[in-house]
Amino acid sequence: MSPRRKLALTATVATAAMTMALAGCLGQQQESDSAKNADAKDVTLTITSNSVAGGKNDLGARWVTDWVIPEFTKAQKAKGVNVTVKYDGTGVDDADYKAKIALDFGTDIGGDIVEIDGIWLGEFAQGGQVRPLDDVVGKDKVDGWDGWGQIPDAVEALGQFEGKRYGIPVGTDGRVLFFNKKLFAQVGLPDDWQPKSWDDITAAAVSLKSLPGVTPLQLNAGTAMTEATTMQGVLPLLAGTGAEINQDGKWQGDTKNVKEVLDFYQQVYRGNLGDPLLQQEAKGRDKSFELFSQNKLGILLESDYFWRSVVDPVTGVAKMADRDTAVGWAKIPAKEPGAGVGKQDFVSMSGGSIRVVNPKTKYPQQAWELLQFMNSAEATKARLGDTAQVTQRDDVNKEVLKGDPMLSFIAEEVLPITRYRPGLADYPKVSTALQQATADVISGKSADEAATAYQAALVAAVGEDDVAGG
Amino acid sequence: MTQFMTFRQMLRRSVYVIFMAVVLAFFAVPMLWLASAPFDSDPGLGLRWPDWTLDNWRITFDHPYALGSLVNSIILCVVATAVTTVFGTLAAYALSRVRIPGRDALLYLLLLLSSVVTGTAAMVPIFVMMFQLGLINSQYATGLVIAGGMLPAAIFILKDFIDSVPRSYEESARVFGASPTQVLLHVVLPVARPGIATILVWAFVQAWGNFLLPFLLLRDVERQPAAVLLRTLKDEGGSANLTAIPVVALYLFVSKRYGFRFHGGIKA
Amino acid sequence: MSARDTSGLGVARAVGFVSPALLLIGLFLVFPALWTIYIGLTDYSLTGVSSITPKFLGLTNFMNALDDALFGNALWLTLVFVIGSAVLGQNLLGFALAWLLRSARPSLRRLVEGFVLLSWILPSVVVAYLWTAVLDRDGGTLNSLLGNGNTAWLVEYPMACLIIFNTWRGTAFSMMLYSSALAAVPPSQLETARTVGASGWQTVRDVVFPHIRGHVLTNTLLISLWTANDFTPFLLTAGGPNHESETLPVFIYQQAIANGELGYSAAISFLLLIVNLVVALLYLLLLRRREPK
Repeated sequence: MSPRRKLALTATVATAAMTMALAGCLGQQQESDSAKNADAKDVTLTITSNSVAGGKNDLGARWVTDWVIPEFTKAQKAKGVNVTVKYDGTGVDDADYKAKIALDFGTDIGGDIVEIDGIWLGEFAQGGQVRPLDDVVGKDKVDGWDGWGQIPDAVEALGQFEGKRYGIPVGTDGRVLFFNKKLFAQVGLPDDWQPKSWDDITAAAVSLKSLPGVTPLQLNAGTAMTEATTMQGVLPLLAGTGAEINQDGKWQGDTKNVKEVLDFYQQVYRGNLGDPLLQQEAKGRDKSFELFSQNKLGILLESDYFWRSVVDPVTGVAKMADRDTAVGWAKIPAKEPGAGVGKQDFVSMSGGSIRVVNPKTKYPQQAWELLQFMNSAEATKARLGDTAQVTQRDDVNKEVLKGDPMLSFIAEEVLPITRYRPGLADYPKVSTALQQATADVISGKSADEAATAYQAALVAAVGEDDVAGG
Repeated sequence: MTQFMTFRQMLRRSVYVIFMAVVLAFFAVPMLWLASAPFDSDPGLGLRWPDWTLDNWRITFDHPYALGSLVNSIILCVVATAVTTVFGTLAAYALSRVRIPGRDALLYLLLLLSSVVTGTAAMVPIFVMMFQLGLINSQYATGLVIAGGMLPAAIFILKDFIDSVPRSYEESARVFGASPTQVLLHVVLPVARPGIATILVWAFVQAWGNFLLPFLLLRDVERQPAAVLLRTLKDEGGSANLTAIPVVALYLFVSKRYGFRFHGGIKA
Repeated sequence: MSARDTSGLGVARAVGFVSPALLLIGLFLVFPALWTIYIGLTDYSLTGVSSITPKFLGLTNFMNALDDALFGNALWLTLVFVIGSAVLGQNLLGFALAWLLRSARPSLRRLVEGFVLLSWILPSVVVAYLWTAVLDRDGGTLNSLLGNGNTAWLVEYPMACLIIFNTWRGTAFSMMLYSSALAAVPPSQLETARTVGASGWQTVRDVVFPHIRGHVLTNTLLISLWTANDFTPFLLTAGGPNHESETLPVFIYQQAIANGELGYSAAISFLLLIVNLVVALLYLLLLRRREPK
């Protein structure tokens, strides 16, 4: 072997060896000691969330830097503890944020309090990247917080996995049917429209069809909108047929319920009640908002985020100056009265973020104090400023939502009937398969074909044992 | 030479003019949106006559990180570009003059590896490696990583230019007693200038648009370059907040001023 | 066989010149790249159980990829994309512009070069907005110009749109490279060709091409590689409708980020690398120097 060849070979072997060694550095686990540094007088804590001043979730970011940090520092000073709280905020796509914090959890430079989407809890828990609060902070300390009493059980479930508490929810939302009262008036539909079945929805849409240049119904479909299709399309409908996506430990495959959902999609899109092209465009969701604000869309299934941030008369990205008089809302009906999950007449889906304590934190007790602080009634109210939003606390909701009929509606009528997505590691794959099923339907396949293909995709993704139906 | 153009020449001339006009339109028309949206109070996705306002600009200047991010971009790009150009030229020169068999193949292999590294799949290795080296959150280190990714391509491009510098020039210079460094600086570099200018511009643009590496490796928002900040200009649900487009215009302005000074300067 | 060392560098200094680059490349490129390829042999994912105890899978990821219909689809689309927008589009347009602008009036040259360069330096996010505005169904510039209303270009002809878009986007590099390369063609030869009455095409073929052959190969290799790895199509069509414009980088992104399956996506990245290698060999065969060297 020539000298150069030998050198190359040695280099390759050395690199490979180093690679293996470092690869072992990925995913190391440490034991967490909840009493670590409990008496420290100089403490540094970092809060991580996907919000940045001037960009995404600007309000949340400013709340942390302008209220939480100064107030908490002051309160701790009064107790004789010097605390420095830093804010690590970015404002990128959810997927990119998730990748970043996943990487952070594997090292010890992550924040002490990290905000994650509730839907990710399952996979992070299974990967050991987050640990139950009881383990990180200590059971007594966790149970001792008085805030738990103000958080409804359903909402608290957002921060739970396999029965254990992992974090405190930040807030939640609810999904309803928004409709344009002006367009409704033109076709003789009432201002206080409340459909009681899917047929009622299609009937209203058919009336709207007569208006020129107006798309009657926007029911998210296709793969371009990713999770928005599942959350604002498939899952509410599925709940309306009486099933949740993961029931009795199995995912819904080609079952009667899923078929009913796909049939409805077929009905809507074949009957020209919705615009299939819109679902296939990369910016379709944004466009649908624009169309609604321009009075070219009649009915839209969305979360209260639509009311608060999209068509808000002042700060919305597709503002409607006459939002308060022109936009109506109605609960999403089950397929027929009584057919919904839990024999409900109406259904909804909700999501939200939670804040967890990083198991690798150096100051678990202090981090827990900070977390409690951020979730106190005072702090929660401060976060909202003079905007209105559905928070995790009943007491705060009662106060701040008084002036906003839409959000009070969500808090009072929608939250009690809503469901949450299962925080299991496989959920994203199931969601993708559901999106693909709707994509098949709008591109011309029959609901039956789409359902069969869906079953196959699901089995390939999660394994036959975990799928019902087919 | 005839005084008036023949029919053929006229035909050729008109084809040339039409071609240029079409090309110009092709490149300019899509930019119209950029000219109107920043001044529109309610910019939409389609092109329309704007509702003129300067509000968007005010919001941009008020944005706590917008202007800082442009400075960060410049720092990052200067580091990455300088390192890439200098190291790349040296390496290309050495590889060109002291012929190694299989040089081209080796370079292309490195080029292929660089395509793996700039993809999303490599983010874990890069992140963990930088973490182990303690280089997270360093703008200079990030600039070096970006340069590392660009070097194979830079050397690949430069080798052609340096290969084409006639060896006779160098031989004459050596006859006159020039040292190798002098040969490089005074004989080879001036002739290879267009190539180096190309690399400078290319490297600067690549570094300017790089999102993934700064996003992963820089922790503080204050250190993020404009490329990352642009991705954050969205509201809570992800609907793009189009009113922040003026940041882009500023970005362009800075880019034109500082980016292409190099180009103009060196290309004598 | 000793090289003609006209620069008097000597091996020692040559090694010195190459080392800084080699150091950076070794550390920040070769090492992570090999590691990524190693990850392709496991089922490592960002979250869940596979993130702490990734299993060594050997070639399973590769086998799965080759079986995956979506991978084959992405591969084919990538080839179409590269040939259409890079090999043909950017290359030809870039050269045409470089050649024609040589003798253009300076103001025209600056104008055209300015716009072409601008299209290249704009960030991908912005460019996506620009082209969405042009191709939009309702308010789009193209539809307004054509006056026929409502074609949803991005949905009905996604690949055609992407090819034209990428030609627009990347021509600047080819133009710059060829411009610099043409500057090195001896003007005397061009002058001779002109006096002899050679047409433009003949001049290019017989006088210019031999000089820039190496550049043509380099340029084509580079822009093919870059286009094959380009993620921007995602911003325009999100891989849709229904995977019709899902090139390999988009597919890799879906697997790595959307599904968190880093092992699988690393394997696919490696396969993409192999494809690029094969394509490069093809180019080499076509453009290889005939003279012995």
